[in-house]
Amino acid sequence: MPDGKLVGSNYIPPDHIAKVTGRAKYAEDFRADGMLFTKLLLSPMPHARVLYIDKEGALALPGVKAILTADDLPDLNGAEKALTNEPLYAGEPILAIAAVDEASAAAAIEAIQVDLEPLPWVIDPLDSLRPGGPNARRNGNVWAAPQPPVPGAPPAPPPVDTVKWTEQDFTDDEGEGGRLPMGRALEEWSFGDLEAGFTKADLVLDETFVVQSTGHHPMETRSAMAYWQNGKLYLHASTQSVAATVAGIARWCGITPADVVLICEFTGGGFGSKGAGAVSSAIPAMLSKKANAPVMMRISREEESYIGRARTNMSGRARVGFMKDGKITALDLFLVQDSGAYGPMGDHRSAGNAASLIYQPGAMRWRAINVITNTPPRTQQRSPGPMQADGIMEGIVTKAAKQLGLDQVAIRRINAPEGKAIYGPPNPNGTRLHTTSAFVKEALDRGVEVFDWEARKARSGQRRGPKVSGIGVAVGPHGAGSVGFDSIMTIRPDGRLYVQSGVGNLGTHSVFDLARAAADVLAMPWEKVEVIWGNTGKHLPNTCLSVGSQTTHAMTRANHAGAMDAKRKLQEIAAMDLGGSPDDYDIGNERVFRRGNPGRGLSYAQAAKRAIELGGRFDGHALPDEIHQITKTSAAGLVGLGLMGVAKDTYPRDGNTFSFVVGFAEVEVDVETGKVTLVDYLSVGDVGKIVNPRSLMAQLNGGSCLGIAHALCQKWVIDPQYGVTLARRFHHNKPLTILDVPNRLQATALDLPDPETPVGARGVGEPPVGAGYGAVLNAIADAIGVDAFRRAPVTADIVLMSLEHGRRMHEPLRAHL
Amino acid sequence: MDPVTRRNFIKSVIAAGATASSVGYLFRGPNTVIGQSSAPGAVERLITLNVNGQMRRVDVLKNETLAMTLRYKLGLTGTKLGCDRAECGACTVLIDDVPHYSCSVLTHTVRSRAVMSIEGLENPATGELHPMQRGVVEEQGFQCAFCMPGFIMSAIGFLKVNPIPTRQELAHGVSGNLCRCQDYDKILTALTKGAEYMRGASNA
Repeated sequence: MPDGKLVGSNYIPPDHIAKVTGRAKYAEDFRADGMLFTKLLLSPMPHARVLYIDKEGALALPGVKAILTADDLPDLNGAEKALTNEPLYAGEPILAIAAVDEASAAAAIEAIQVDLEPLPWVIDPLDSLRPGGPNARRNGNVWAAPQPPVPGAPPAPPPVDTVKWTEQDFTDDEGEGGRLPMGRALEEWSFGDLEAGFTKADLVLDETFVVQSTGHHPMETRSAMAYWQNGKLYLHASTQSVAATVAGIARWCGITPADVVLICEFTGGGFGSKGAGAVSSAIPAMLSKKANAPVMMRISREEESYIGRARTNMSGRARVGFMKDGKITALDLFLVQDSGAYGPMGDHRSAGNAASLIYQPGAMRWRAINVITNTPPRTQQRSPGPMQADGIMEGIVTKAAKQLGLDQVAIRRINAPEGKAIYGPPNPNGTRLHTTSAFVKEALDRGVEVFDWEARKARSGQRRGPKVSGIGVAVGPHGAGSVGFDSIMTIRPDGRLYVQSGVGNLGTHSVFDLARAAADVLAMPWEKVEVIWGNTGKHLPNTCLSVGSQTTHAMTRANHAGAMDAKRKLQEIAAMDLGGSPDDYDIGNERVFRRGNPGRGLSYAQAAKRAIELGGRFDGHALPDEIHQITKTSAAGLVGLGLMGVAKDTYPRDGNTFSFVVGFAEVEVDVETGKVTLVDYLSVGDVGKIVNPRSLMAQLNGGSCLGIAHALCQKWVIDPQYGVTLARRFHHNKPLTILDVPNRLQATALDLPDPETPVGARGVGEPPVGAGYGAVLNAIADAIGVDAFRRAPVTADIVLMSLEHGRRMHEPLRAHL
Repeated sequence: MDPVTRRNFIKSVIAAGATASSVGYLFRGPNTVIGQSSAPGAVERLITLNVNGQMRRVDVLKNETLAMTLRYKLGLTGTKLGCDRAECGACTVLIDDVPHYSCSVLTHTVRSRAVMSIEGLENPATGELHPMQRGVVEEQGFQCAFCMPGFIMSAIGFLKVNPIPTRQELAHGVSGNLCRCQDYDKILTALTKGAEYMRGASNA
């Protein structure tokens, strides 16, 4: 590839003026003539069955236009619908009313009579596993292991099962120090000789940690507005992905994807909660159909607490064997995951894989049980799984380092993954997966230098007045790239490059960065590049979901491939018109020209005109076979506009792509108030080649802050008496404010390209979260003792009680405190 | 004007003859049904507002918040609603140069005041960006940017009383605004750049 000029440099994203002037339109900013408003009736009970709904009083009220219930929505084969007749958590929507304004809709909701039959419920996964404990669903309390895929068949819904542990399972462990009981697990894998690993270990630790659940709470709630035109649904929604959201909307509404036009040029954050859109967007869509008018659904912050998704809380117990030098010989990991009311979630599997990757144990067993509770639905939250693994594992590694007299960086360095690092469960043939690359040791070394680790170590544990300082380090891993997606771009007779981007616009700028990878291949100046995004009516290619740190990797590959296709077509046209073979031609200065004779060539504008005259594959009349049907349909809408570059990413890749971020933290703990203050923080990214430096730093700092928030303050709370969410507003959930972090955060990246992708870029969104979480927890432990806490967030209350009593006093295992 | 507190807000609602129930936050649209029985606060009154330097005539309810008037009656959707309960600051506007959460200000209370929203920052004659907007664009201060209008209005209001803040003072000045993308470092850098440009502009 030509030496990238755009990839690796900063730029002002083309959407920034709209954002800074308030002209950027998010879902709730759209209006339509005759637009109605909707309000929702939410379940007051954590589990109930709707016996009867009396709508007469509501329908008789002025201004009421339509009522939507679960019966109006297609059955989704047991999966979550936008409305339900059997609410599985308090706050689940039962029905929606469209009226001329919100006040009328709200009055109509009050006039609805619903007869609900209360059903057994449970909010704590361990309570459900106790002998005789309640089941969250009528058919069971846990998700069984996923069914093996049947070739050619759609994936079967995973079965719900019932598992109760014995009294013995609980009494053996729960009493002493709050160790996680380990009854029957439904999922398990292992490799190596675990017992031999423990036998040869110099130190074996057995510890439990409770990772909290937190709501995603993006600033923009999942408001949506819908109307129908000529049989097509037009939906203004808030989603992380654009091209990849259409299929879900179609399924939730029971229509075909071809009848969905999704408009989402701007999304006010998602963090995983709007990965492929929101199931609730079916409410305005189907109400609009019923009322025959546009419908706006404004979701309040409180409603977002119920339907807005949350991270899976996870309790983990790990028995870990260490050699004197800190090398981990054996890891026996047991996880109890709370999947909430729907799911099943897979964070527990990602957590197991992550633990095997960042600590590279000689032998490992992973066991897990995936429990259903009557709590709001979970979905992947920024670093789903690896972040929880950091929470469960980091304290143990820190404790081992203290007991073995090792440096905190050294114990992580000796266990760090390197190069094509092996991870995860064994395949049936006994082999295990490996990464495309890992430069964690380099990242640790860089951090030691930049953070001035040795100087900080010298003062850690020292007390100044009421304040004790502590330092911590942690490695956050996460999968960071998928493969096999498509790109479409056209060089048009105006001499400009138009790149179709199906990526969502969350403000990470990957929606535009992919076009810079294409422009580099074509040596196109950025001011001549137009990115088309945010509207599925605008011919977008098959695109990955904007989740899981995969977009930058997946879509720079796809657009590299598309640009290479365009470049080849430029060379072919030049050879056809000017003689010689395509390989005799090079590109530069927006021209394709004969090597050694730059005067002999065509401008891109001329070549675009020729492509249209030639037709066939040059202007999109003929398309490659291997591209996705979505891409073929979109490309057909751009036929004849210019020279078309269109391709699927078929570049080889040896291994699975992972990124790593190392977090370094220094805290001060006030032993009189229990307040923990983050003094300084550095993140070091091993995230491949840097594509967009300023956005990369924003991802490192922003992701770190989410992890820091999980260590210091962020949580949710559910009332165990009534099963009702108590943390319904920002001031209950305690997200990080600008005063909770140092006013300078440091971030840097190695800029070492991944060898298995043409642009060298890996994703970055997720791995800083686990790093921030682990590093700050470790720093607190460094300051006040490795046994002071076994759950997060580490609140002032936990700190003070531990210091006062000389041992931890918090509830050891209870969820959602 | 008194500082906006929940207490003042609720007092104000009661003074307006509306109940302080949650219905007070709900939106009654322009197409009110004829013959509808009058719920508390349902009667609209035509008032004149000074918004972004223009006098705007608008029908408002007694219990209508400024955020709803701006967004749904005047088409100024740059003011965002992140919580509607004075927690997140996304709806911050300037009222007589002082930052306020517009979700928690009743529209009828600002009749004789100058309201400035994000849309009013550009130079109306030249279309030039406000120096603070320029700083934010150049430093690419925000990510999803849903919180951005609120942060910008808070910062501009704060800089009117403290034009040369330290980084820490500026952080305090915008601490009533939440960001969930959470690169508070870059936000502060961008607002600092904007503050520099504002000083430059006022010295010029």
